[in-house]
Amino acid sequence: MRKSKGLLIDISRCVGCGECSRACAVTNHLPEEEATELSATHYTVVQSYNNDQTYVRRMCMHCEQPTCVSACLVGAFTKTDTGAVLYDESKCIGCRYCMQACPFEVPRYEWTSLSPRVQKCKMCYELVAAGGQTACSEACPVEATVFGDRDELIKEARRRIDENPDEYIDYIYGLHEAGGTAVMFISNVPFEELGFPMNVPKNPIPELSWRVLSQIPKYSVAAGVVLFGINWITKRRTEVARFEAEEKRKQELHN
Amino acid sequence: MKFPGLFKVTFWKAVAVALMTAGAIAAVWRFSTGLGPSTNLVDTFPWGIWIGFDILVGVGLAAGGFTIAATVYLFNIERFRPILRPTILTAFLGYLLVIAGLMVDLGRPWAIWHALIYWNPHSVMFEVAWCVMLYTTVLALEFSPVVFERFNLERPLKIIKAITIPLVVLGVILSTLHQSSLGSLFLIIPSRMHPLWYSEIIPFLFIISCVAAGLAMTIFESFLSSRAFGREIEMPLLSELARVIVVVLALYFTVRVQDLITRDALKFAFEINYQSILFAGELVLGVIVPFFLLLSKKIREHRAGLFYSAVLVILGFIAHRINTAITSMEQWPHRMYIPSWQELAVTAGLVAFGFVAFGFVAKYFHVFGHESHHEPSTAKEEAKEEVEGLAVASTK
Repeated sequence: MRKSKGLLIDISRCVGCGECSRACAVTNHLPEEEATELSATHYTVVQSYNNDQTYVRRMCMHCEQPTCVSACLVGAFTKTDTGAVLYDESKCIGCRYCMQACPFEVPRYEWTSLSPRVQKCKMCYELVAAGGQTACSEACPVEATVFGDRDELIKEARRRIDENPDEYIDYIYGLHEAGGTAVMFISNVPFEELGFPMNVPKNPIPELSWRVLSQIPKYSVAAGVVLFGINWITKRRTEVARFEAEEKRKQELHN
Repeated sequence: MKFPGLFKVTFWKAVAVALMTAGAIAAVWRFSTGLGPSTNLVDTFPWGIWIGFDILVGVGLAAGGFTIAATVYLFNIERFRPILRPTILTAFLGYLLVIAGLMVDLGRPWAIWHALIYWNPHSVMFEVAWCVMLYTTVLALEFSPVVFERFNLERPLKIIKAITIPLVVLGVILSTLHQSSLGSLFLIIPSRMHPLWYSEIIPFLFIISCVAAGLAMTIFESFLSSRAFGREIEMPLLSELARVIVVVLALYFTVRVQDLITRDALKFAFEINYQSILFAGELVLGVIVPFFLLLSKKIREHRAGLFYSAVLVILGFIAHRINTAITSMEQWPHRMYIPSWQELAVTAGLVAFGFVAFGFVAKYFHVFGHESHHEPSTAKEEAKEEVEGLAVASTK
């Protein structure tokens, strides 16, 4: 099995040229138009902060243990061996629980379609599976987005922060968020000022529901035993009461 | 205001027809333009009132089905038998309406059967889907004797009577799993929900509150149908249910507040903002007030008092579900959700259809107890009169 891949996005290096989103549109056959919000036709966008001094890319974080994968009742999402989280429209029933569940609000819907699909970044699965890299990282002229093994990217992020502790915020966003994500960010501006949700749990989110779901078999058996038991007791009690009343009546008749 | 009886009947009938027509138009709109143009749902707010009300409330208000069935069949408390059938009917219709609402809300409803073949046991939605399918089947079977009796089908009647106990046991298990799983749906959204509603014990809160709401619904529907069909109200039985509601509300309040304290979230209730006001409305008007009202024996045994207390419990329950699914995800002022007219129309149409369907079944089938098997004269009365019962009850 190959090592899980990922992207490291260095916000301090990004110049906001938008080459990444253009390359993404070309690779995924999406309309090449400027956008500032993710949508069913924009898998990645570049957002501007601090009067065009800071640029932040938005895209699927490709969680190590994705909430969407656990949430989807028909298993339309899968975490692939490249690290990419993929969606299979042929299974989807359109409940949109994945959209509700994602802590990063990434999955987008084809709201005007009569056969709507969920859309999001695929971390260029075909390209990466063939040994290549993602279109966005290849297109980035300033290496603000770099592609590689997730382990190596973490080391690289650490190195950049340690070499320039005055410039960087000492935090790798995505190292622990939601139990770790394949896409990680480092920045020279505090993340909370750049629209990053800082309250995302640091443990894998699917555990929160599995803790309850895993109790179902135990609960069902216990409830069944208790209910049948109660039924047996109350029924028996009614029968005994009836029998005793009958006996008493017979005795009274004899006397 | 006083209208001649006949006019009122026509009026409520007209309202029901208008709501159902609007709902049908809205549904056609939704299926011809897609979810985007027909709803106010957006990428960052993918669930609206079709989930918050149609599904969460619809299932919750059907909870009387498992509590009363367990009381009569499993606990052998025979005196509750007169309210068994109407309660099962309410639950069964409730579940059918939930499924109808779901078909409108799903983006690809024709693929709903995928839940049968593609399994993901790690998904709470998977549990929800299977509970809906299985429990609707159980409810259909629990209600089936009414249909078999009507058409004198002896053999199926005998079969169903033979498997009643296992069926009811299965129903209680499935129903409690379903109620709790609707709460569990929100377990994986800790960072996006307001702390007044997100909690790790939300599945338990959903079970406790649905018991109170299900029993309140039984009281509510007993009043309406007694008005509609000129039946006697089973006051002693309903007062007894109200006593159970008092206990359940107290339990719910304790667990809810205890949980808020444990999570250090009670402080948010005392901030004055959009969320805290709705939270206060939900807990004070929907739990505390009906608790104290029903605590009084006088009110419990008073017709209007009992009826309006039950209505408060139901409204409080609806508020809790809507707040959980919608309010907790809103952020004043930049992320707000207000349903479109199509969303409201579909929801209102489904509710109206529920009333009409209940009236229809109650009129043509033997739903109410032997002692009140309605006479031909009352049977002639229009089904929608049960809504009129609300108006009559309010003047009392």
